[in-house]
Amino acid sequence: MAYAELAETEELHEPKSFITKYIWSQDHKVIAIQYSLTAIFVGLIALVLSGLMRMQIGFPGSLEFMDASTYYQAMTMHGMIMVIYLLTALFLGGFGNYLIPLMVGARDMVFPYVNMLSYWFYLVSVIVLIASFFAPGGPTGAGWTLYPPQAITQGTPGADWGIVLMLVSLAIFIVAATMGGLNYVTTVLQARTHGMTLFRMPLAVWGIFVATILALLAFPALFVSAVMMLFDRLLGTSFFIPAIISLGQPLDHQGGSPILFQHLFWFFGHPEVYIVALPAFGLVSDLISTHARKNIFGYRMMVWAIIAIGVLSFIVWAHHMYVSGMNPYFGFFFATTTLIIAVPTALKVYNWVLTLWRGSIHLTVPMLFALAFILTFLVGGLTGLFLGNVIIDVPLSDTYFVVAHFHMVMGVAPILVVFGSIYHWYPKITGRMLNERLGQVHFWITFLGTYAVYFPMHYLGFLGMPRRYYAYENFEFIPQSAHDLNAFITVAALIVGVSQILFLFNLFWSLKHGRKSGGNPWHANSLEWQTPETPPKHGNWGYKLPVVHRWAYDYSVPGIEQDYLPQTVSEEELIRLRESEGGQKSTDQEMTGNADSEGGE
Amino acid sequence: MAHSPQMRTLDLGEPGGWSSPDPAGGLLWRFQATKVAVRILLAVVTSLFMLFVVTFIGRSQFSDWQSLTGPLGPLGNTSALWVNTAFLVLASISIQVARMASRKHLRSTVAAATVIAGMMAAAFIVGQAILWGRLAEFGFTVSVNPAISFFYLLTGLHAIHIAGGLIAWMRSMERVWQRQAMPVVNAGLELCAIYWHYLLFVWLVLFALLTSKPETYAAIAALCGLR
Repeated sequence: MAYAELAETEELHEPKSFITKYIWSQDHKVIAIQYSLTAIFVGLIALVLSGLMRMQIGFPGSLEFMDASTYYQAMTMHGMIMVIYLLTALFLGGFGNYLIPLMVGARDMVFPYVNMLSYWFYLVSVIVLIASFFAPGGPTGAGWTLYPPQAITQGTPGADWGIVLMLVSLAIFIVAATMGGLNYVTTVLQARTHGMTLFRMPLAVWGIFVATILALLAFPALFVSAVMMLFDRLLGTSFFIPAIISLGQPLDHQGGSPILFQHLFWFFGHPEVYIVALPAFGLVSDLISTHARKNIFGYRMMVWAIIAIGVLSFIVWAHHMYVSGMNPYFGFFFATTTLIIAVPTALKVYNWVLTLWRGSIHLTVPMLFALAFILTFLVGGLTGLFLGNVIIDVPLSDTYFVVAHFHMVMGVAPILVVFGSIYHWYPKITGRMLNERLGQVHFWITFLGTYAVYFPMHYLGFLGMPRRYYAYENFEFIPQSAHDLNAFITVAALIVGVSQILFLFNLFWSLKHGRKSGGNPWHANSLEWQTPETPPKHGNWGYKLPVVHRWAYDYSVPGIEQDYLPQTVSEEELIRLRESEGGQKSTDQEMTGNADSEGGE
Repeated sequence: MAHSPQMRTLDLGEPGGWSSPDPAGGLLWRFQATKVAVRILLAVVTSLFMLFVVTFIGRSQFSDWQSLTGPLGPLGNTSALWVNTAFLVLASISIQVARMASRKHLRSTVAAATVIAGMMAAAFIVGQAILWGRLAEFGFTVSVNPAISFFYLLTGLHAIHIAGGLIAWMRSMERVWQRQAMPVVNAGLELCAIYWHYLLFVWLVLFALLTSKPETYAAIAALCGLR
C-alpha cells in the first residue's frame, strides 16, 4: 500500500496535553521549532564570542579578562558552535524537519518518535558543550579543527576537561544527526504524497535531502576521530599523539600520527561545507523563483548539480591540508577535484541569475536576502578558486584571506539564506508576517555590515596577517594601516552583531502583532502553502492528502492571469481556470501555456 | 478569482474520508519504510567501520606498530576468536531459520530459533568480554601499543552494535511471545536478520583485518596510497 493511501486511512492521534504537544512532541513542526530556537540560542552565544574576539583584535587590551587562553577558547567555541550546532542543526533539524513533510505532502516524518529523540540528543549535546564553559580550565582552546597533539596536551586551554566535553558533545550530536537524518531520507524516499515524483520535489527538499545523505556518510569520520582522540586523552593510547616532550617532560605517547586526524577531520569537514551549503542552495532557489515570479531555470540541471556537488565533496578534503605535508601528486589530485566542483556550483549560480533574468522581481525581504546570498556566495566561491590551487594556497594559508573566504562562503552566505528563509516561511509557521520595515533595516545592516567586516580581510590576508593570533603588535610586516583596518572591522562587526537584536525583536513582536498572513501570502506553488490551516495542524492535511499534478515552479504561465499554479492544480482545473478567465486569450498563447506546464515533469 | 486551486485539499466533504483502517497494509508499509531506513543505517555503519579500517591501515605503517598475531602477540592464539565467531555465525543462522519459518507459519520453530539466536548473540558478547578480560590479565591493556588499542576499539564498537541488534531482537521476541500475527512477526524478524547478517559480515572483515600479517597491511596501504 502506498504511503498516501495509507495515511488517509489511519486515524490521527493529536496530542492533547501541553507536555506531549510542545515538550515531548513528536510533531515534525514542533520539533523543527525546538531545533531552530535551540540553534539560534547557541548561535547567539557564538555571536557574542566573536564580538569579544574582535574587540581584542581591533582594540587590543580593551577587555581586561581577554588573555591569550580566553581568546583561543572564544575562537574555538565560536567556530564549532557556528558550523555544527547552529548551521547544521538549523538547516537539517530546523528547516529539514519543518519543510520536508510539508513539501512532499506527508503527515509527518516516517519515525516521529526517533525524530523526537533526535532533538533531545541534540539538546543534550548542546548542554554538554555549554557545560564546558563551566568546567575546570574552561572550554577547549584548540581551534575549531581540534588538531592533535596540541588539543590534548597541557598548555592548551581546556586540555583537561574542555576537550573531553567537546568530543563527547560532538559524539552525541552525531547520534542526534544520524537519527534525524535517517528520518529525513526515509521520509523523502517513502512518504511522498500522490503524484509527488522525485523530480517534482521543490529544490529545497532536494538540497536538504542530499545534504542529509552527506551528513549520514561524513559524520562518522568526525565520530571516529572524536572517539580515537578521547581514547588518546583518557586511556593513554597513541592513535594521534606522537612521541612528544611537553613542558619539558616526555609524554607516555609515541608513534601516533596527527596527520591521520587531519585526514579524518577533513573527510568530515569538507562535506560539512556542503551539508550547510546544499540546503542553502535549495532554499534560495525556491525563494528566488517565488519572489521573481518565474520558474526556476534548468530545474533538472539544478538537481543534478546538487547531486554532483554532493558526490564530489567527498574527494576534495585534502585541499584543507596543502601545508600539512603530503605527496605533491596528492596536492595535484585534490586541486583538480576542487576546481572541478566549481563547475556544478557555477551552474547553479548561472541558473539563479537566469531565473532572475526578466523575472518580475519583487524586492521583498526574503528576496533581498536571496540576492545578497548570490553576491556573497559568488565572492566566497571565487576566492575558493584561489585557495584551491596549491601554489596560491601555500602563501595565503593561515592568513586572514582564508578567514575572509570561509566566512563569506559558509558563514555569511548560508546565514543570509537562513534569514531569507525565516522571513519567507515565518507566515506559514505562525500565521503572521514579520515586519517588513524592520526586516529591511535588518537586511541592509547585515548585508553591508558583513561586507564591511569580511571584504577588508582579503587585503589583510594579502598583507600576510596570520590568522589565529591573539595579538598583532610588534610585527614589522603588519603596517599601522592594517591595525586601523582591524579597528574598522571590529566596529562593523559589533554593529552587525547588535543589529541582530532587530531580528530577534521582530521574531517575537510579530508573533502577536504581525499582520495576519493568510495561508499563502507569497502566492507560492509548493505544497506547504496549500495546507488547509495556517499554521498547519497536527497531521498537516486534514483527511485527504494533497494530490500533486505539476512541479513547484509554474509561475507566470502564459495564457493565465493568475501568475502562479500550485502543485495541486490538475490539468482539468487548469483548463477550467483558463475558461473562467475568459476565452479572450489567443489560441497560440494557450498552446505555449500547455507546453510550459509540462516543464517540470 | 473564480476558482481557487488551493481549495482542492480542503475538499473533505464526504464522511467517507475516514475509511476503515487497514492494519495489514499499514504495517506492511511501515516495515517497508523501516527496511529502507535499516539499509540507510547500514550505509552509515559501513562508513563508520570503513573509516576505522582505513585509519587502522594508515596507522599500521608507522614504525612502532607491533603485530597482534606474532608468536608472543595477544592474538598469537586465535582459538577464542574462532569460538566467538562460531557463536555469531550460529546467531545469524538461527535468525535466518526463524525468518524462514515465520514465512511458513511454523510458530514453534520460530520461537525456538529466535530464542537460540538471541542466546548465541549474547554468547558472542560475553565471549568477547572474557577475551578482553584475559588479554588485560596478560598485560595487553588498551594503551600498550596501537594495534591492541585498535583491537579494543574495533571489537568494542562492534559489540555495541551487536547489543543494539539485541534490542531489535527483543522487540521480535516480544512479538513471538505475544503470539502476534505471523506476517507481523516475519516482518520484524526480517529487519532483525538484515542487520544481524550485516554485522556478521562486518565481524568477519574485522577478524580478518585484526589477525592479518604486517605484510598484508603494507600491501593494502601501498594500494591505497598510504605508504
